[in-house]
Amino acid sequence: MHGFANPARFLKIARWLTMPLLVSGLVISMCAVLWGLTQVPPDRLMGETVRILFVHVPAAWLSMGGWSAIAIASLAELVWRHPLAAIAARAAAVPGATFTAICLATGSIWGRPTWGTWWVWDGRLTSMLVLLFLYFGYIALSSSLAREGQSSRIAAIFGLVGAINIPIINRSVVWWNSLHQPPSITMGQSAIDPVFLWPLLIATLGFSLLFGGVVLARMRAILADIQAEARLRRKALQAEESLA
Amino acid sequence: MREALDQWLFVYAALGITLAGTLALVLSSWHAMRRAEKRREETRKR
Repeated sequence: MHGFANPARFLKIARWLTMPLLVSGLVISMCAVLWGLTQVPPDRLMGETVRILFVHVPAAWLSMGGWSAIAIASLAELVWRHPLAAIAARAAAVPGATFTAICLATGSIWGRPTWGTWWVWDGRLTSMLVLLFLYFGYIALSSSLAREGQSSRIAAIFGLVGAINIPIINRSVVWWNSLHQPPSITMGQSAIDPVFLWPLLIATLGFSLLFGGVVLARMRAILADIQAEARLRRKALQAEESLA
Repeated sequence: MREALDQWLFVYAALGITLAGTLALVLSSWHAMRRAEKRREETRKR
């Protein structure tokens, strides 16, 4: 892990990976969604709305995956003082929040024809909404700390504490009565017919690659900003010294 | 027939939101990266 601690080495790899991840992610996810839209038969109970599965589930996976990435990066920052960990956590926050919002919106749209309501205050939906607010809080906190030039340790602690919500989201449909269905895919098992499962897995892979590309692009942006600021500060100091 | 038409509207709405959100995220991240890297190069030249 510390092999990537050198920003120059990281940037070399990130420059090589960003575009392929973005392009392959876009192509794979769009092909899988089109597959789900045109080749998959309607579900016996949900009818045509089952096709929302191919965007809702990857969004849900990435919303939780995004916060898990923040928590792991926060741990790496606090324990090992990894120099890129805080940057990786900051870079994962906006994509994570975007996919959480997409998950909530598509779930609400799916809920109307299948449950007869746009929203219920049950365990799964409420804990996902809490996750969106956690993302907003994290983005505001980490951005303000970076702007003030302060340590990102408080944001890292926030990232770790917020991870408590991830197992709550995962187990919410088991712990509490919910309109939301119980888990369809567990470790090594699936209750989903292969005709739905394959495009779903491919869509999840595509959106995950896209997420990786976006995180790398945002990390490059944050690093470039830091380097530009440091350079400007150094030049200002040199100009001050030469005047004195 | 009416029900099938309504179901497709929900599907298209969900796909539209996902597509718009994803493209906005990708494009804004890409432009932010290009802008920041351009600024870094300009500070190097100064």
